[in-house]
Amino acid sequence: MRPRIEIKTSPHIKEPDSVERIMRSVVLALLPVCAFSVYQFGISVAALLAVTTATAVLTEQLFNRLSGRPSTIGDYSAVITGLLLALTLPPAFPLWMAAVSAFVAIALGKALFGGLGYNPFNPALLGRAFAAAAFPEAASTWTQAGLADRFTEFLPSTLAPPFSTPASVDAYTTATPLAEWKFEGGIATETWDLMIGTIAGSAGETSALLVLACGLFLVLRGAVNWRVPVSVLGSAAATAGVFYALDPGTYPDPLFVLASGALMLGAFFMASDMSSSPVTPAGIWIYGILIGFLTVIIRFFGGLPEGVMYAILLGNAAVPLIERIAQPRMYGLRKGRGQ
Amino acid sequence: MSVLSFLGGLTFPRGIEPPGRKDQTREQPIRRLSFAPRMVLPLTQHFGRPARPLVTRGQEVVRGEPIAEADGWPSVPVHAPVTGTVEGVELMPTARGPKTEAILLRTAPGDSQVVRWHRQRDLDALSRRELIDAIQDAGIVGQGGASFPTHLKLSVPDGYAVDTLVVNGCECEPFLSADHRLMVEATEWIITGVRLAMRAVGAPQAVIGVEDNKPDAVAALQAAVAGDDAIRVTQLKSKYPQGSEKMLIKALLDREVPSGGLPYEIGAVVNNIGTMAQLGYLLPRGEGLIERVITVAGPGVERPGNYRVPVGTPLRYLLEAVGFEGDDPSRIILGGPMMGNTVAFLDVPVTKGVSGVLVLPEGVGDETERPPTQPCIRCGRCVEVCPVGLNPAELGRLAAKRQYQVMEERFHLNDCFECGCCSYVCPSNIPLVQYFRIAKSLNRERAS
Repeated sequence: MRPRIEIKTSPHIKEPDSVERIMRSVVLALLPVCAFSVYQFGISVAALLAVTTATAVLTEQLFNRLSGRPSTIGDYSAVITGLLLALTLPPAFPLWMAAVSAFVAIALGKALFGGLGYNPFNPALLGRAFAAAAFPEAASTWTQAGLADRFTEFLPSTLAPPFSTPASVDAYTTATPLAEWKFEGGIATETWDLMIGTIAGSAGETSALLVLACGLFLVLRGAVNWRVPVSVLGSAAATAGVFYALDPGTYPDPLFVLASGALMLGAFFMASDMSSSPVTPAGIWIYGILIGFLTVIIRFFGGLPEGVMYAILLGNAAVPLIERIAQPRMYGLRKGRGQ
Repeated sequence: MSVLSFLGGLTFPRGIEPPGRKDQTREQPIRRLSFAPRMVLPLTQHFGRPARPLVTRGQEVVRGEPIAEADGWPSVPVHAPVTGTVEGVELMPTARGPKTEAILLRTAPGDSQVVRWHRQRDLDALSRRELIDAIQDAGIVGQGGASFPTHLKLSVPDGYAVDTLVVNGCECEPFLSADHRLMVEATEWIITGVRLAMRAVGAPQAVIGVEDNKPDAVAALQAAVAGDDAIRVTQLKSKYPQGSEKMLIKALLDREVPSGGLPYEIGAVVNNIGTMAQLGYLLPRGEGLIERVITVAGPGVERPGNYRVPVGTPLRYLLEAVGFEGDDPSRIILGGPMMGNTVAFLDVPVTKGVSGVLVLPEGVGDETERPPTQPCIRCGRCVEVCPVGLNPAELGRLAAKRQYQVMEERFHLNDCFECGCCSYVCPSNIPLVQYFRIAKSLNRERAS
């Protein structure tokens, strides 16, 4: 007998999970959200999703080439960035602007920091923040959902030629429920419409219930740390609840706060980005509570109707600080005999 | 997961739940193997100073006779597992790597299982100190894997009082079921051993912790201690590393061993169930440790099971006896898959501390596959499973930057007991615990 023997160090078994599997399930969970927003806003959003995703993937590939690293397309993380970016943009966002934003998201948000696992900010949100700064008008022009000819006609601004700014077409534009509340002095939307999503908004911020369902799938699948959505949503509801209790005439109720805007999408799909969130459970609680609180503060007192994007980016920025104070409690450091 | 631990049964925080994989062997009664024609008995089968040989080349010995004596207090003797002739004392390969001195025995043809050497004592008349000496004379070491001499473990330093003897019947490593079979089949020896160990440490009570995947073992032990209030049998949640000393104390007594300290400092001493069985069997008979029960399992073994194997049996003989062909490249692991070591030579013998021999052929199931390492995505799973409460993600990042001293000074590297939970769960396949071992040994080297 001359057996071939392998020399390895323990452990010799491994939980069958991988980065690819985690990322793939995030993509899978995003697909229903994408499909619903295509249903709501038509071929414009389909084109938007295709352009941002393709640009994100190509940019990732380009930077892999430039830095001489093996291809990382297979880990699906660039696909997630592309999809998420599209879902945060207005449905009628010009495609050329979307492509530039997707390039910025991957190039500045990820590749520059060393790629997967090293990005301090959520790349999609960095791309979204770039879009808001570079193309302020297009990034805040919203379209009514469910237009009759949405499956045959592109929205006029979608196909704006590169480096031109589309003219605003009043026939198509409308305010989001949050903007109505902020700038027109009251809630004009039934909460139920927020839940099922027959409203104006970014491509992916319409149906709160659908996002919730897809997010829960990811939590059950272990691809999202349950503490992130629980702390973000809990903190936002609690903060809004305090103001609502003090002055129900001025402030919207917590349910409206939870179901409107990009809060669901942000809590389940963006604040939960592993690279840009804390690694310890205690750190995640602090981080999530901070994001929920900031979201409501920006919405209620800031100049913008929506605050999720900046709240998450600020949360990302606070991560190194949070991790300095939030390390796990160690066995055998404090507790003695049964006390 | 931590929310559910209240519902799932008594346990420690965090940890992992790998598939048990014990079905192959747990229903199989303990069987004996025939004697190998040649036995290899290393003088260091324990933690401490090597034993001193008492025999010379050509000398005839009988089964059970001491062939090497303890070299002082942190050492244990070695007894002949078979009747036969000493072939010499030579340097032989060991599981740990470097060659060490070992006594080679040629088994006499037709030797029987009868043990021909005894040193009878009146156990009831012994003082605590004499009892501990008797345990040393029996050559007993911890049967769970660490091979720490049992008489040392049962010696409580002056100034400390131990109130509870904790007995580890968890057997939390996947595949292994030797302790399980002992609890079912050798219940009386175990209880006798527990009572002797309680006397040795001066503990008024004992707790036996058994994982809830072994209900028949719990039932057998409970029946055996019925009417004795001093010994309690407690069922624990099946979770790895439930059987580690610190985690077991946490689960059973809700005490924590201080960082860098030992269990007696908080009034507990932990022993393995297999050690208790040896104690309860050997001491009343006045014999030395010459056999042990091990699980031989894994997809590469034709006749898996639990075998009572003479210490010194070469792995090659054992594996041939259970139908290992050796056609495929395999890992041969001494111990369990989470903490056991692979061996480089099949001439390595079964020693006193070996609890199992696993044969895991390459690519059997998802579990043994190790796809390439990817960057840390900071998912935090390692932090969620580390039973000690370390931050393996941060430690891994520092290890990659070779900041070994920072790991020790700021992130408690030395509290890692290398259970491997972090490597098990890492979706990026980063060999975290492997990094930590290297970091620790480099730090030790620099310190010395």
